[in-house]
Amino acid sequence: MAFLSAPTLAHYLVLGAILFAISVAGIFLNRKNVIMILMAIELMLLAVNLNFIAFAHYLGDMAGQVFVFFILTVAAAESAIGLAILVLLFRNVGSINVEDLDELKG
Amino acid sequence: MNFHADVATALPEIILLAAACFILVVDLFIDESRRHVSYWLTQLTLVVTACAVLGGVREEPVTAFHGMIIDDNMADLLKLVAIVAVALMLVYGRQYFVARGLFKAETFVLTLFALLGMMVMIGSASFLTLYLGLELQSLSLYAMVAMWRDRPQPAEAAMKYFVLGALASGMLLYGMSMIYGATGSLMLDRVAEASLTVGPQARLLLVFGLVFVVSGIGFKLGVAPYHMWVPDVYEGAPTPITLLIGTAPKLAAFAFALRILPGSLKGVELDWQSMLVVLSVLSMVLGNVIAIAQTNIKRMLAYSTIANMGYMLMGFLTAERGGYSAAMFYAISYVLTSVASFGVVLLLSRRGFECDTLDDFKGLNQRSPWWAFIMLVVMFSLAGLPPTIGFIAKFSVIEAAVNQGFIWLAVVSVVTSLVGAFYYLRVVKLMYFDAPVGEGPIEARGDARVLLSVNGLLLLLLGVFPQPLVGLCAIALTQSHF
Repeated sequence: MAFLSAPTLAHYLVLGAILFAISVAGIFLNRKNVIMILMAIELMLLAVNLNFIAFAHYLGDMAGQVFVFFILTVAAAESAIGLAILVLLFRNVGSINVEDLDELKG
Repeated sequence: MNFHADVATALPEIILLAAACFILVVDLFIDESRRHVSYWLTQLTLVVTACAVLGGVREEPVTAFHGMIIDDNMADLLKLVAIVAVALMLVYGRQYFVARGLFKAETFVLTLFALLGMMVMIGSASFLTLYLGLELQSLSLYAMVAMWRDRPQPAEAAMKYFVLGALASGMLLYGMSMIYGATGSLMLDRVAEASLTVGPQARLLLVFGLVFVVSGIGFKLGVAPYHMWVPDVYEGAPTPITLLIGTAPKLAAFAFALRILPGSLKGVELDWQSMLVVLSVLSMVLGNVIAIAQTNIKRMLAYSTIANMGYMLMGFLTAERGGYSAAMFYAISYVLTSVASFGVVLLLSRRGFECDTLDDFKGLNQRSPWWAFIMLVVMFSLAGLPPTIGFIAKFSVIEAAVNQGFIWLAVVSVVTSLVGAFYYLRVVKLMYFDAPVGEGPIEARGDARVLLSVNGLLLLLLGVFPQPLVGLCAIALTQSHF
């Protein structure tokens, strides 16, 4: 039952990698809704945060944890801009369906 | 390092930030008819910031704020060129902004914030400042693409740019977290020391992180296979914003790559070198071949950017100082050329007419021989034909690659340049040998005409006398430890 022992660095990194992979898959496989993509982007940044915190704890270094605060702040700004563009998109295109974003191509 | 010295090192950025906030407030008290006051305040800010950068040129590189930012000659040179590109964008784009209701304080302030982000990126000495500068630049640019609010294309372009840009930032951060774990520091100089001495397990982690970091840099530079956003954003964004996205951020991304790859990951040089070879070849081939099929000039220039970034990387991946300075020369000359190319598109567009298809350039020589000539110089420079700066730039990166034994890469680049010459010269053919389709007046303002002429002639002048700029690029790198 070694797997169920106290969580180590490797556990956190694997969890971070799984979350990261889910978010990348969410961006590329999702063919329905742009809001889902915004959620996937948030998840991606959270996966990175988990990595930073795990490493910072393991290394005994505060810099990684400070970095996480900055990432959280930037993520908030990023989703604000993302949602603003989404509102604009809905007003002009009349849909937030990923497949309807096909005006520009070539 | 005391507080005053810290402030002195970051003075250009501090001035820029304070002035941007000032303009934002002042504009509230200015009525619609006097909007040009904010415009001139913005230009004044750029001039003062450029003077502050020039005043901060030092014999020795200086770090400030506990090693978070660095001021060396490379940073000063790239910051200056970025400021010039942004100032030219505002001059060339003024008429366009006025005609489309975009001549507003938001445009100017977001431009200044984007520039601030680039300057922070260029002068950063830690992963934290690199990331924050990158995000400040990107978030401002996303908003600027979407600024033309009553048309569907800009909104769609902004959404695509936003999603792929955020994905790139995420990848970059994931890579940074792995590098942090492997080396135990966020400071680029300490990462560089640690990367040379890591054990095998940490080295694996380092290379794993490197893959993500290189992908992120690839996205930001817009090289294949991370180029999907480039054509759509170039086409969908208002033309001055396209000009902005296509020029100064490339310099910032170049500085970013230089700070991270040779600057902090010297220990895994062979790994990133081989990754960049793949990116470079793919972009040169893909960019030049797909550009042939384009009918929209902004889209064509987008694929041309992809190809040009491939050539730039070819100098970069030699991983020695001569190659870096050749790549820097290439980046700067590309920025000067690209500013002029979009400048001509802006000059010819007017209210209700975008001048963004190749057919709009038909018979330009009969309508206006001088602008046809400037466009000819720009196209020659992009194609890398002598006697323009583009030729010297291509020559120096190919020379750097051959010196390091990348003969086959040089052959690929020459063949793809030949393919590229086809679509650049097609524009020249349309301008000189076809009959004009429309008879529209050219409404550009006097200052835009003068600066665009100077810009075009500079491409010729630097092509004949490249030595000052080549020398500057070489000197700029002598203070860096790579």
